[in-house]
Amino acid sequence: MNRFAGTVNLRELLRPVGQMLVFSLASSVVLSLIVIVLALIMDQTVVGETLLARSKVSLLTYTLVNLPQVILDGLTIGFVYAAIALGYTMVYGVLEFINFAHSEIFAVGAFVGVELLIVLQIYGMLEGGSLIGAYTWLIIAILAGMIGAGLLAISVERVAYRPLRGAPRLVPLISAIGVSFFLQDAIRLIESLTTGQFHRIIPTFGNFDERLTFGQIPIGDSVIALGIQVKSIIVIIAAVLMLVGLNYLVNATKVGRAIRAVAQDRATASLMGIDVNRIISLTFLVGGALGGAAGVLYALKFTRIDPFVGFFPGLKAFTAAVLGGIGNLTGALLGGIILGMLETFSGTYMSAFTMGAAGAEYKDIFAFAILILVLIFRPHGLMGENVAQKA
Amino acid sequence: MMLEVKNLHVYYGSIHALKGINFHVDKGEVVALIGANGAGKSTTLSTISGLLQPAEGNVIFQGEDITLTPAEQTVQKGVVQVPEGRKIFATLTVMENLEMGAYTQRDKNQFKQDLEYVFTLFPRLKERQKQLGGTFSGGEQQMLAMARALMSSPTMLLLDEPSMGLSPILVEQIFEIVQSINKKGTSILLVEQNAQMALSIADRAYVLETGEIKLEGSAQEVLHNPTVIEAYLGGH
Ligand SMILES: Nc1ncnc2c1ncn2[C@@H]1O[C@H](COP(=O)(O)OP(=O)(O)OP(=O)(O)O)[C@@H](O)[C@H]1O
Ligand SMILES: [Mg+2]
Repeated sequence: MNRFAGTVNLRELLRPVGQMLVFSLASSVVLSLIVIVLALIMDQTVVGETLLARSKVSLLTYTLVNLPQVILDGLTIGFVYAAIALGYTMVYGVLEFINFAHSEIFAVGAFVGVELLIVLQIYGMLEGGSLIGAYTWLIIAILAGMIGAGLLAISVERVAYRPLRGAPRLVPLISAIGVSFFLQDAIRLIESLTTGQFHRIIPTFGNFDERLTFGQIPIGDSVIALGIQVKSIIVIIAAVLMLVGLNYLVNATKVGRAIRAVAQDRATASLMGIDVNRIISLTFLVGGALGGAAGVLYALKFTRIDPFVGFFPGLKAFTAAVLGGIGNLTGALLGGIILGMLETFSGTYMSAFTMGAAGAEYKDIFAFAILILVLIFRPHGLMGENVAQKA
Repeated sequence: MMLEVKNLHVYYGSIHALKGINFHVDKGEVVALIGANGAGKSTTLSTISGLLQPAEGNVIFQGEDITLTPAEQTVQKGVVQVPEGRKIFATLTVMENLEMGAYTQRDKNQFKQDLEYVFTLFPRLKERQKQLGGTFSGGEQQMLAMARALMSSPTMLLLDEPSMGLSPILVEQIFEIVQSINKKGTSILLVEQNAQMALSIADRAYVLETGEIKLEGSAQEVLHNPTVIEAYLGGH
């Protein structure tokens, strides 16, 4: 067994990176083709004429010019959704239960990380330092968010879910929703008692807000710079690392095997000597930590957080998990990427394609329409297995 | 005495599944526990292994009271249950299933020895290490389940209907393997509906009926008992 461990483990390590690339490429290509075809068609209609008259660009040019940015933004937010979705899907995989409090665990992770950075800023630790210093602090903030959220997730399971283990399925679900409200209010209370304000802004430091530009595209009279924000790169890299780590943990380690065994059959797993409760706690710890990291990354990307910051990303990530097939880790990644891409594509192009009638505020229509379609034709999600097969 | 069960009462809600049963297994014995559907055989094994807790009574293993020991700790004490219906981890490979069986094994050399041992008992498993457990046939799954249990180097094996759903030839094979496991020093409590087969390899036997031990004795005595012949051996 040990002789082959090296090769098997390397493959396990790299597999999710390959999947990420494939999913990212595939969704970019498909969505790009769709908008390009739409643009070609609409250029012949009043939609294209209006745009040409108003901004002196054809709809096709507008589409093409925005495309690289849209894809990058879509991937960035998609990876954040994927990281949160992993938490839903891990817990579901093991307990067949949807941890609705996961969105607030994400929020707590964001607050822990951001508050830590704010404190560091107050003490002048973030200023003027080297880039290495800035990255070190960011990594520490992310780790703090992970630890805070992970420990919170364990406690929530211990206090609010474990006592209800044998109860009908609806009961822990209600408990989760209760915990979710409780945590929102707890954040509000703590923030108002300690800082007097509900929303917090992540300090600006390091080079995270800079844009790396790779080139410029001239259109008409203006020039569009192609680039990516440093923080988007950080989000993407962090998400890749988390996915690789999680995949390795689940598929190539002893605890990972135990997690899979518990997910399949709790009683038999305990007959193997596995402490089922410990494995369940571990699952919450890992899922919570991933959510916490996603929280800090989210704050880095969108700068502002408030006690309700978890709601929409949580809902989207839950959707991503269901879309991909809840309980399936690869599915969470796929669902996250699809959702993130759909969101930025529609956010960017809807307004131009509808002559402003439906703006970016309707961007979520597509994501949820796709979800409904997928669930009609594939009730177990894109990569999910039939749950009945498990029993 | 290896294992002693004293006055065990187990309930499922209001169902009184075990009504104060007593029996024991001596060191190196194969003891058969036979009985019809619903007699309480699986309940007995699950109570010994700690999946269920009795309302009353005790389970003593090697002089230690393990009545309330949870399942995951019972394994470490050396009692391992091969559950009814095999309960293979379907989405884990054969090798991963075996590694799960060795979950409590910290000694690498012992792991290697056990692995070699189960591969000599079940050569098929060695060839199919990377196959998913769920794709195995019923007979192969039974072998995998037994191999998995042996991976923890148990002193006492609890087998729940290993012959269930298998062809006569395979049943014969499985029982030969049970005997050879026993010869290597593992005591065995064998639950069976196939009384003929079970009694042919057992040293002693107990007959369980609706939660009560109705009869006990050497395998020969039980085999020739008229009521047993009537009820479990299809009469002659
Ligand atoms: N989870 C449960 N909930 C309620 N009643 C149960 C449960 N499990 C078993 N019983 C009942 O307890 C009694 C004993 O069941 P048990 O499974 O121990 O029988 P068995 O001898 O193993 O039968 P079989 O040969 O069919 O496996 C039966 O009446 C059964 O209906
Ligand atoms: Mg049974």
